[in-house]
Amino acid sequence: MTTVTEAPPPAPAPPEGKPPRRRGRWTPYWLLLPGLLWLVVFFALPVIYQASTSVQTGSLEEGYRVTWHFAAYGDALSEYWPQFVRSVLYAASATVLCLLLGYPLAYLIAFRAGRWRNLIMILVIAPFFTSFLIRTLAWKTILADGGWVVGTLDTLHVLDVTAWLGWTVGDRVLATPLAVVCGLTYNFLPFMILPLYTSLERIDPRLHEAANDLYARPSTTFRKVTFPLSMPGVVSGTLLTFIPATGDYVNADLLGSTDTRMVGNVIQSQFLRILDYPTAAALSFILMAAILFMVTFYIRKSGTEDLV
Amino acid sequence: MKTTEDTSTAGRGGDVRLTGIGKTYGSFTAVHPLDLTVPQGSFFALLGASGCGKTTTLRMIAGLEEPTSGTVHLGDQDVTALPPYKRPVNTVFQSYALFPHLDIFENVAFGLRRRGIRSVKKQVGEMLELVQLGEQARKKPHQLSGGQQQRVAVARALINHPKVLLLDEPLGALDLKLRRQMQLELKRIQTEVGITFVHVTHDQEEAMTMADTVAVMNAGRVEQLGSPADLYENPRTTFVANFLGTSNLIEAEVDSASGGELTLKAGGGKLVLPEARNSAATTTGGRVLVGVRPEKISLTHADDAGEIPGGRNRITGRIADSSFIGVSTQFVVDSPVCAGFEVYVQNIDRDVRLVPGAEVVLHWNPAHTFGLDAGQSLLAGTVGSAGVGTVEEEVAR
Repeated sequence: MTTVTEAPPPAPAPPEGKPPRRRGRWTPYWLLLPGLLWLVVFFALPVIYQASTSVQTGSLEEGYRVTWHFAAYGDALSEYWPQFVRSVLYAASATVLCLLLGYPLAYLIAFRAGRWRNLIMILVIAPFFTSFLIRTLAWKTILADGGWVVGTLDTLHVLDVTAWLGWTVGDRVLATPLAVVCGLTYNFLPFMILPLYTSLERIDPRLHEAANDLYARPSTTFRKVTFPLSMPGVVSGTLLTFIPATGDYVNADLLGSTDTRMVGNVIQSQFLRILDYPTAAALSFILMAAILFMVTFYIRKSGTEDLV
Repeated sequence: MKTTEDTSTAGRGGDVRLTGIGKTYGSFTAVHPLDLTVPQGSFFALLGASGCGKTTTLRMIAGLEEPTSGTVHLGDQDVTALPPYKRPVNTVFQSYALFPHLDIFENVAFGLRRRGIRSVKKQVGEMLELVQLGEQARKKPHQLSGGQQQRVAVARALINHPKVLLLDEPLGALDLKLRRQMQLELKRIQTEVGITFVHVTHDQEEAMTMADTVAVMNAGRVEQLGSPADLYENPRTTFVANFLGTSNLIEAEVDSASGGELTLKAGGGKLVLPEARNSAATTTGGRVLVGVRPEKISLTHADDAGEIPGGRNRITGRIADSSFIGVSTQFVVDSPVCAGFEVYVQNIDRDVRLVPGAEVVLHWNPAHTFGLDAGQSLLAGTVGSAGVGTVEEEVAR
């Protein structure tokens, strides 16, 4: 969905007079088949199954039946809208933070790193060698009460400011919105850096020289040439960060509290603890629809339809 | 912007003056310190094989490369320390470097907008008319052909009325026919706008067609500077003699000097060289390289040798090869003094006896002979010789 390659050239018209051979004509479909099967079994069928679940009523003891109970959507939304809003806010904050942290780093790797380029790239990817869960648990230690991070922030009175903003509670960082956003930012940062790097690296450095030659100082060159040309990377990076971050529940679970529950946490507990499948399914569909809507709007706005 | 206005009012002369300018990368010297003055309004070409330092020199004028030594003056102003965006100089890049996200209009308007000029429409329209691209204003660069992109690159630079327009192999990516057309086009534009053009090329024909003055560069040095005709007729090094067109070079010994003429011994024969056309320091008995261009030579069959008027330089030989190319026939003649003597003969009255194997006499007016220092390689500047290929490899390293 977010590949940044240019549109493929139109397929050449088949040569006239000589009908293409049968085997050749079917080759694309055979190649498509494994992926298509995978999608049907692991995406299309579960989606249909969940769709039907979302409009069922009943109980765990008596079993669920499809009763076209669309009210489940309204109920889910009215009961859990704060978690939805929170999910979008946290994911958006993490995405912005990822962009602010990732862009300079991607720029450095693409244009300034020289022979250090590969090393820095490995460092960017290195966290993936450890499990997502363990990395998040590590943040629990980093942000622990009485740890040096919290101690330093407290001494510098940063916590007073963040507490005033409602990002932290008292002199704690753990179990606050800030901790969850930090976790999300950390975990999804590579998904921002990699597409940014790819699109920055494709920019011909001679364009910088040309802009310089045409009276654009370095800051203007960045604003008028480099940044616009890196837009495909910005769009795919933000999507790759925002979409999974919205549905994430691990960070909120491990680094947050009951006040920082995201919609992912609700869905998880509805499915696995309360065992209210229809509500969980309805929530999943609302989340999916909301993300689709926001992403469509975003891509339209950023004017990169032809790149996505 | 204020800075560019400052620079455009300072110094009335638009001369480009390079003083002792040089560039080294680590232990490799790309450009040996050189002095060069490009007079205002001239079309100046830096000619040389790839890796000879011509592009580095150009980039130092543009400010894209920082010189290791020396200064760059535009008129009276020292611009050595100015970044490229503060220099009243614009460049047409080899690959054009058009901004792919902007349309043609915005590409051309880029420099004007950066200098804070708001109403650009009229100027851009006029400039696009000048390069005959008025219809394409709203297209993106990738929708244009190579020749059109090249013209956009020229328009984008020229619209800023730079004191100097730098052209870095601007025609390299075009096919031969289009290149010829664009050569004339660029020459027309230069005459029309009267801006100093500094043109970098490896194509000697291109340099000679377009430029008023050519500087031939080799291995980071300027070998010779002059008008195309002067360089061609009076090369002072074997590199220039071979790089610009073709030269026949003969090793000879100075026999005597009298009346402004040197008499030389080459093989068994004698050759006359006007002293004024000798760039080597010679003493009687010393060695000198004698050169003559292939088209200056006449070819006479050995049977008619008696008809050759006296006072001409003569060499005997045997035709090794001939190729007919319409307006002329190119012969390769082996002679005792020089193997592979090239001779171009106009096809006015073709002598059917002049076929490979025929014994011939080569003769030419002594005034067309030039003398070079014998201490240099005979092959410098020829294809595949040292000085053409090796420097490139050094740069690649």
